Amino acid sequence: MSKKPIKIIIEKKRGFAEFNLAELWEYRDVAWMLATRDIKLRYKQTALGVVWVILQPLSAGIIFAVIFGHFAKMPSDGKPYVLFVMTGLLAWNLFSGAIQRAGNSLVTDSKLITKVYFPRILVPLASTVAVLVDFIVSLIVLIILMLYYGVSPGLEILTLPLWLLLTVLLGTGVSLWLSAINVKYRDFMYAMPFLIQLWMYATPVVYASSLIPEKWRWIFALNPMVGIIEGFRWSILGSSGLTLTVLVTSVAMALGMSLAGVFYFKSVEREFADYI
Amino acid sequence: MSDVVISVEGLGKKYTIGGSHAPGRKYQTLQETLLSWPRKALSSFKAGNPKNEFWALKDISFEVKTGEILGIIGRNGAGKSTLLKILSRITEPTQGRVVVNGRIGALLEVGTGFHPELTGRENIYLSGAILGMKRWEINNKFDEIVEFAELEKFIDTPAKHYSSGMYMRLGFAVAAHLEPEILVIDEVLAVGDIQFQKKCLGKINSVSTQGRTVIFVSHNMTAVKSLCQEIIVLDNGSITCRGETNWGIDSYLSQSSSSSLSKSLCWNDNKALRNEAVVFKKASIESDNEVLKTDTKFSIFFEFECYVNTDHLNMSLVLYTREGVCVFNSGSDAIRGEQGIYRSWCHIPANLLNSEYYTVRILVVKDTSTALIDVDNIISFEVTDIERNGAWHGKWIGIVRPTLQWDFRMEQKNDCT
Repeated sequence: MSKKPIKIIIEKKRGFAEFNLAELWEYRDVAWMLATRDIKLRYKQTALGVVWVILQPLSAGIIFAVIFGHFAKMPSDGKPYVLFVMTGLLAWNLFSGAIQRAGNSLVTDSKLITKVYFPRILVPLASTVAVLVDFIVSLIVLIILMLYYGVSPGLEILTLPLWLLLTVLLGTGVSLWLSAINVKYRDFMYAMPFLIQLWMYATPVVYASSLIPEKWRWIFALNPMVGIIEGFRWSILGSSGLTLTVLVTSVAMALGMSLAGVFYFKSVEREFADYI
Repeated sequence: MSDVVISVEGLGKKYTIGGSHAPGRKYQTLQETLLSWPRKALSSFKAGNPKNEFWALKDISFEVKTGEILGIIGRNGAGKSTLLKILSRITEPTQGRVVVNGRIGALLEVGTGFHPELTGRENIYLSGAILGMKRWEINNKFDEIVEFAELEKFIDTPAKHYSSGMYMRLGFAVAAHLEPEILVIDEVLAVGDIQFQKKCLGKINSVSTQGRTVIFVSHNMTAVKSLCQEIIVLDNGSITCRGETNWGIDSYLSQSSSSSLSKSLCWNDNKALRNEAVVFKKASIESDNEVLKTDTKFSIFFEFECYVNTDHLNMSLVLYTREGVCVFNSGSDAIRGEQGIYRSWCHIPANLLNSEYYTVRILVVKDTSTALIDVDNIISFEVTDIERNGAWHGKWIGIVRPTLQWDFRMEQKNDCT
């Protein structure tokens, strides 16, 4: 073996541990294997496999379409309500899936944490990657629905990767917080579905932002998912309640939360093996 | 070559007893933390609480050289696992530091990262990557790993259909093909059939002849003796001796037989022999005689409190010699388990055990499959030799010394007159 000598010093680290990108790159195979494992398990363990991943958002979309679109006659920015709600769900499910699965990931993989060393941040990151596969399946469903309704996207569709990136960034940031809190306080796991539910109704998934009175919009926009959902609608359907204020607030919140997430995670990760 | 690859300087690790760090305690809840804030605010007026602190390791220093196989032995709770966890970077030390020159591969369990739903092939790639192999490395060694595990036919079967032996073989096969400069191994060899154990020991030996360093932690004195040139004996978080293996083992055994030989034990609630499900209260060796001899019958008694309800509850007792060789494993009948206090007696007949120092491991088992608690080395006793009438007074060999029925007679007398 002709490897260059590696020197590792094991000692108590103080304050925020440095964010070691070189080490993450060194361990990229682990990240990839964890992500493919999550994807394989997702499709292996359910008998219906892909069908299940299609049915979940589709059935939710149809239920919302019947209740809010048909009965409550919610405004939907002038587009068919089904498309309106499905676009919202596309983005929301990506976000909520990421924080749900990544949030529990460290606890699920506690056996790994206590038995082998690798950068712990890879565990929540890998489960976020796995959720992207679900996103692609949902996107295909949405494309089929759009063909059916004869709605075609404009040039705005080119910004879709940007919104996707923003969602992943925010989702990662939030799930880093949640996964670390979950390690220390195991009962937090039970509060999570409830919090996610609340968060969804604070976000214009089933309703349009235009329902919120103008003077409260800025508080509303502090929820970074508002800007992201509106961004998705704008890029896919070409119309939405996206304003510059909302956009700037959301992007700033997403960036801030993911940075804070990384720092919080790094500051507590060395205690994981003792707590978990 | 005699370069130092690992140098440990003044290493220490502190845990807080009663807090979430305590071994028997799994995790704390947010609710508890919120409720404990007022209490903490009050107690912060008093001076620090040193009695809640516990040093699992204190001021450990040693060096390991290239190509050395170093054994680490010590009783339960001596700090072996903590040392391993620090060396493998799973947990951080509180004090001191370790300087390592090279890649460390840690093998703290068999089948790290295995998932039962994945096939053998997928698990090899997953576990290999987690243990530190690169993708091309696994590709290169894949066939060798499968061959070592003797699983050619089942490599595309989900691991959940494997027998426990197959699972273990696959796990070790992956680990055995790691090529870090330093390999840290926990007692994983204590499992699996003898044939495979030998294969594993052979593999570890060949690893060190390639100039790599191995740190091996075990209870199994036979394995330590056959593998390691030097050992470190840990007791109560400190190194009590470091030196040549046979000498080290002798000093460890003499130290443990004098201090921990125990015929009757009682635990009050704050001792470590408990978890959420079971709390051990008493253990003793009951016999009519003061001294246990090979012809004395006696019972191993336990009293414990169980906090779970289950359909079937039974005890399982494993007896080891002081060198870590398993003498037998015996299970009680299953009874209905409800919360309450239980007592058990395992009756050992006379003329079964040889004169030897024995340690007892006890498990309380739920529904014949899940161990509620598993305590190694819970009680120990010594069986002494009976006064023999014959001319020979040497140590009788063998782990057991049963009195067996013999038929021995002269069949025919030769008439040579």
